[in-house]
Amino acid sequence: MTTTAEPTTELGKARTRKEDARLITGRTRYTDAITPHGTLHMFVVRSPIAHATITSVDKSAAEAAPGVLGVFTAADLGVEAVGLPCAWPITPDMKSPQRPLLATGTVHFAGEGVAVVVARTPAEARDAADLVEIDYDPLEPVLDMEAALADGATLVHPDLGTNENATWVFDSGAAGTGGSVDEAIAAAEADPDSIVLKRRFRQQRLIPAFMEPRSCVVDPTGEQITVWAATQVPHILRTMTTVTLGVPEAKLRVIAPDVGGGFGGKIGVLPEEMLCVALAQRLNKPVKWTETRSESLLAAHHGRDQIQDITITAKKDGTVTGLDVHLLADMGAYLGLVGPGVPILGAFMFNAIYKFPALKFTCTNVFTTKTLTDAYRGAGRPEATFAIERIMDELAVELGRDPMDLRKQNWIAHEEFPFTTVVGLTYDTGNYEQATEQAMATFDYAGLRREQEERRARGDKVQLGIGISTFTEMCGLAPSRVLGSLAYGAGGWEAASIRMLATGKVEVVTGSSAHGQGHETAFSQIVADQLGVPFEDVEILHGDTQISPKGLDTYGSRSLAVGGIAIVKAADKVIAKAKKLAAHLLEASEDDIEFNAGQFTVRGTDKGKAIQELAFAAFMAHDYPEDMEPSLDAEAVYDPENFSFPHGTHLAAMEVDTETGKVALRRYVCVDDIGNVVNPLIAEGQVHGGLAQGIAQALFEEANYDDQGTLVNGTFVDYTLPSAADLPSFESSTVSTPSTSNPLGVKGVGEAGTIASTPAIVNGVIDALRHLGVTEVEMPTTSQRVWRAIQEAQGRSTQETPVDTHSPGAGLGSIDPNNPQGEVQ
Amino acid sequence: MAQVRVTVDGVNYADDVEPRMLLVQYLRERLGKTGTVVGCDTSNCGACTVHLNGQSVKSCSVLAVQADGAEVLTIEGLARDGELHPVQKAFNECHGLQCGYCTPGMIMAAVDLLGDNPDPDETEVREGIEGNLCRCTGYQNIVRSVQRAAQMMKPGASVPTESPAPVAGGN
Repeated sequence: MTTTAEPTTELGKARTRKEDARLITGRTRYTDAITPHGTLHMFVVRSPIAHATITSVDKSAAEAAPGVLGVFTAADLGVEAVGLPCAWPITPDMKSPQRPLLATGTVHFAGEGVAVVVARTPAEARDAADLVEIDYDPLEPVLDMEAALADGATLVHPDLGTNENATWVFDSGAAGTGGSVDEAIAAAEADPDSIVLKRRFRQQRLIPAFMEPRSCVVDPTGEQITVWAATQVPHILRTMTTVTLGVPEAKLRVIAPDVGGGFGGKIGVLPEEMLCVALAQRLNKPVKWTETRSESLLAAHHGRDQIQDITITAKKDGTVTGLDVHLLADMGAYLGLVGPGVPILGAFMFNAIYKFPALKFTCTNVFTTKTLTDAYRGAGRPEATFAIERIMDELAVELGRDPMDLRKQNWIAHEEFPFTTVVGLTYDTGNYEQATEQAMATFDYAGLRREQEERRARGDKVQLGIGISTFTEMCGLAPSRVLGSLAYGAGGWEAASIRMLATGKVEVVTGSSAHGQGHETAFSQIVADQLGVPFEDVEILHGDTQISPKGLDTYGSRSLAVGGIAIVKAADKVIAKAKKLAAHLLEASEDDIEFNAGQFTVRGTDKGKAIQELAFAAFMAHDYPEDMEPSLDAEAVYDPENFSFPHGTHLAAMEVDTETGKVALRRYVCVDDIGNVVNPLIAEGQVHGGLAQGIAQALFEEANYDDQGTLVNGTFVDYTLPSAADLPSFESSTVSTPSTSNPLGVKGVGEAGTIASTPAIVNGVIDALRHLGVTEVEMPTTSQRVWRAIQEAQGRSTQETPVDTHSPGAGLGSIDPNNPQGEVQ
Repeated sequence: MAQVRVTVDGVNYADDVEPRMLLVQYLRERLGKTGTVVGCDTSNCGACTVHLNGQSVKSCSVLAVQADGAEVLTIEGLARDGELHPVQKAFNECHGLQCGYCTPGMIMAAVDLLGDNPDPDETEVREGIEGNLCRCTGYQNIVRSVQRAAQMMKPGASVPTESPAPVAGGN
């Protein structure tokens, strides 16, 4: 840990956060705190069965229950034909089932809504929901991705004729961005001085598990329908509500008030949100829905869930020559808003920081009767980073090389930037040597390797493993033309506007929508620097489509690298207008006006005007140039020219008890290059939180389904988020090679920790056990899995687990037949 | 219906409630104390933590009627006369929160922890707040916040509250 000297500019200053004042005193406005007069409460009756025909729905007892205004199926509401949007048709022939607001005829996953109850209180709605009698005729669940693609498999959506959603291919040979992988593999197979290495990795199913359950309130009174929602994407939600229900966009106001975390889990357009709109319109009263945590874990979209078959080819001197990636990605029962594209976001990251001459990526998305998957922190890039960083370790073992030395041999050297990769992306800046040297020195890599040797030699029951992840990512989503080339259903720009108030204060409107990231503080720092106004005088407004009419919201580490730059562009326009007004008032030529630290001065004189004075002069409008409007206000829309490419070196020291399989994280050192840092306090917090989520994937979390397709750990009792006692303090620091793709030189940090940390942990666990013959432990690397891996590697018998519940992709890897409810950490 | 008389954040209330009503529901739905939030339905997350007669409790695990005759302190009543509690200050200074949803419960749990153990080491803090889940921070800055608050609350302590928190990063 180093203490930074406080810089004189706001950029780089460790400001404590503005938004904390309300959050630490309970003066908050999360969606569930909003209850307009007359609000009715909706509760969703959900299917307990994964795949079934609905044979009858008896609403009579529920309708007669106290306080109940109505019980509705899709047919009752006339919304049977309404389908929720998927905005990312990854191929022209992608198979896309209608995702209904409520299931009609057939339910496709356990947790899918079948009916809703509306009552005067949440308790009455919930009580009455228990009285809705629904009869089901069970169908075969579809759980295993490979089985789902086999001939004769039960079909999730028979009308599609297949369980395959789409197959998306990128081939560097065909694209002209690199060589042919088929040729690379053939050449390696024919060459005694080359090797071909194949591995299968499994990305288990995860649950984003934001702390604030999802919630919405729809108030139909007044001219505009107002929707408050616990969402990351108020602007997208407004547009998509129009697309889905036909409510004119201008008649909708969407507000994301305080939002308690998202991590990708709140980018959806929810059936519950659309049902509240439909019910509010029908009943002419505000309608509110807040999910329980158990509903959230069951029915909010999940993340990851891939099988990764990776083939790497290399010369025996260590030079990599090709990478062939085959993925199966579980979509669940329906397509989320960007669900089919999530694995595709990883396509361009498998080559990572390495100079592969050829890469091919083939991803087949599969329908199953599970909860749908969509974005979860990192979205596609953690999966890619895991696979490449795992297989680089495997290659090092095969070649008898130190895993860091092998990486160095193959990574892009700092003098080679800007570097166009095998997939056609241009990494603008980076310095892998710098981050790695600092991380290895802090970690005492050589010392820990010596300790590892000593422990192995002694046969310690607790073995030490060293895990490496030298990651990069693409963030700052995204250049609109690139999104267009990928058939994404929107652009990637962001909007900002700046209002210079008469009293000298500044209102900044951003289209980015915060839910914990600290936008109000970091954006205030940017504006304070740009306009030369006090940090305290800047107010950041966001998350309300009437206040911030234009925006594309928050995901993909885009708020600073895209939204922050839009603010800079708007500030440039304010300054240009102020300069013109200053020249007029100071009776000078505009060319002679200099702007510095909030002061417009006439060059070579002491005459000047502060920006606040000019704001007041513009407001008064008594004296201003004829060729300008009396306003300094400005707006800007910024479409990035490139992604940004943060990178870093993450090192984990793992201790594994070889008798019990218990894994402990002893030390975690990371050095991240996130370009220029606006606020090191906030950036460090983003890294910490990201690390915790990535480490949780490696060690703790998995959504487990039983052989009937029921989520068996759908509460916080058994879906084991790490607690404070499960994690150590991290040793995190930053270095900077500023991005050259934006004027602030920033790169983005929201997802870095999550993307980097998972393979570092797993590489460390396996490194601790490698000498015992262990080559793979699936995630999460629970005590049971580690113990089994050791026993199997040592040729000792363990109890067989049934193949149908333990196979990759069944999501059942943690299930012990003697303990089918799953492990409790 | 059952009657409950309770003092919440220094104000006396008397209400008829359903016997099954949870304390957290009473606080939010009847008293408008929405600063205390609900994060789960299995008493695991601790977001709803308040003080009941000076002890931290998960208010989802207490019936409103069990609070009859008791004194309840929520996050909304923690600051006194406009002066933040040292734990609140420390959470701000050490960046112990991001989305803020776990924060009310985390702060109320930390205040109680420091009452029992005025100078906890890192392990004691981590174990002491184990019943409160946070998804944003990775807990490191929460631990730092609690330990900083402990220093601020020591008798005679005069920790400057405006000094910047030490942070990693930046060369």
